[in-house]
Amino acid sequence: MFRRRSAIPGFGLTLGITLTLLSVVVLIPLSAVALKAAGIGWDGFVAAGFSERAMRAYRLSFGAAFAAAAINGVFGMITAWALVRYQFPGKTVLNALVDLPFALPTAVAGIALVTLYQPGNLLGVWLDALHIKAAFNFTGVTIALTFIGLPFVVRTLEPIMRDLAADVEEAAASLGASRWQTVMRVVLPSLGPAWLTGFALAFARGVGEYGSVIFIAGNLPFKTEIAPLLIVIQLEQYEYGAAASIAVVMLLVSFAMLFVINAIQAYARRLAA
Amino acid sequence: MSSAGIRKARLATEDPIWVKALILTLVVAFLTLVLILPLGVVFTQALAKGWKVAWAAVREPDAVAAIKLTLLVAAIAVPFNAVFGLCASWAIAKHDFRGKAFLITLIDLPFSVSPVVAGLIYVLVFGAQGWFGDWLIDHDIKILFALPAIVLATIFVTFPFVARELIPLMQEQGVAEEEAALSLGASGLRTFLRVTAPNVRWGLLYGVLLCNARAMGEFGAVSVVSGHIRGLTNTMPLHVQILYDDNDATGAFAVAALLCLLAVVTLVLKTTLEVAQPDVAGRRAH
Repeated sequence: MFRRRSAIPGFGLTLGITLTLLSVVVLIPLSAVALKAAGIGWDGFVAAGFSERAMRAYRLSFGAAFAAAAINGVFGMITAWALVRYQFPGKTVLNALVDLPFALPTAVAGIALVTLYQPGNLLGVWLDALHIKAAFNFTGVTIALTFIGLPFVVRTLEPIMRDLAADVEEAAASLGASRWQTVMRVVLPSLGPAWLTGFALAFARGVGEYGSVIFIAGNLPFKTEIAPLLIVIQLEQYEYGAAASIAVVMLLVSFAMLFVINAIQAYARRLAA
Repeated sequence: MSSAGIRKARLATEDPIWVKALILTLVVAFLTLVLILPLGVVFTQALAKGWKVAWAAVREPDAVAAIKLTLLVAAIAVPFNAVFGLCASWAIAKHDFRGKAFLITLIDLPFSVSPVVAGLIYVLVFGAQGWFGDWLIDHDIKILFALPAIVLATIFVTFPFVARELIPLMQEQGVAEEEAALSLGASGLRTFLRVTAPNVRWGLLYGVLLCNARAMGEFGAVSVVSGHIRGLTNTMPLHVQILYDDNDATGAFAVAALLCLLAVVTLVLKTTLEVAQPDVAGRRAH
């Protein structure tokens, strides 16, 4: 039997609407990308999806997304720790601000970040003095992706940190562990799966991010061109097959990430049970 | 246990004061560089040439058209996704069937797709070279580079927001109350309206809030399908980009400041909901 009988009505109707809308809005259009990429043949797909220019774009997108997720892995973790464990003035505001990247349109973030960090401007002046270039290069892309990814790490870690049983830490301490040992041996390992999930979510979002990045990226082919921008450029030149090929490569990586995230969460659930 | 022992155990779960100070300093410094300064830059740049210039940039006809289009798109996309979210959560949370986990994964799919790809798929379906391209041209129906495609792309990127807020909430609340109402003779619709809806309204509002912020602010997906026709198919974020690329920084930041206000209002409402309704709002990372 496909479903267990229940007294609650409306199953057929609501599932029907759900599947219809899901198919029409998401699944069928998404399949168009795969069909388009398949339509230009294997050689065409490889030529477009793995061209030198595309490979450079992936390297930038994936590399900067990884760097940003790593930065957020450190600073997002201590932010979550401070929000869960400490009491300090302005905590509510800081807590609300962490979600800013979810609420602020990406294009706004993009022009704000480039104005802040480009050479000769506001913060850029200070960076110039330190001979650091933080816009129109890898660093610039990483800054934008750090902005975008921060809440994923913080919001994934927070509930796990809150649920960390104090008695485990107390037990470690009463058995003679120093605070440092307790944190390193007891607290951090139990945060592992959540940290990886947050890292993967931030990474996945960063790889596909467009709006906040293109203003600060520089957008030079082979150098500072992110993969989503390359799709847009191919589209503007009516190279639909090439655009679809790059999209398929990115989708495959995203789905692999999604699979990894689910596997981590399933593993963590088994560990907890 | 002696009282001294209790005090020591409590202290053992607390960080030393210097660690607290160090972590808080790092957190504040990091959030200042990444979040607070960018937010501040938008408003200072918008007002760099005074209120009047900023106000004029927002009142200018192309800007007004962009604001109207953004509101219209959100007014279609958000209710659409709210209805979808209610249907999906009712089917998934209140019933048992095979393949449920897979269905939830499919609903979450748009979150792991680049916004640019979200736009691309509709170009491939409705564009001149696309599946329905010839048919649409023959029948003189404009979808791409017009309102329908902008709405569709927006619906795609905001598709999971309401559903993923409501599904865990309804799952937690179970079916006991609904079964009680039904056994007392209430119709299915009446049960939904009088029992389920009041139970999930704050969760629904929370999902709608986040959905709306993303719908009004979406850039990548809309940028691909809009055609960038000034005064016609430019939403607010696209208008910001055009002004910025035209070296009209003040105008760009003036319109951006409006979007910033939207974000700030969203965050204030969201925080209020989380404080007032901690059990139903915002337990999931988006």
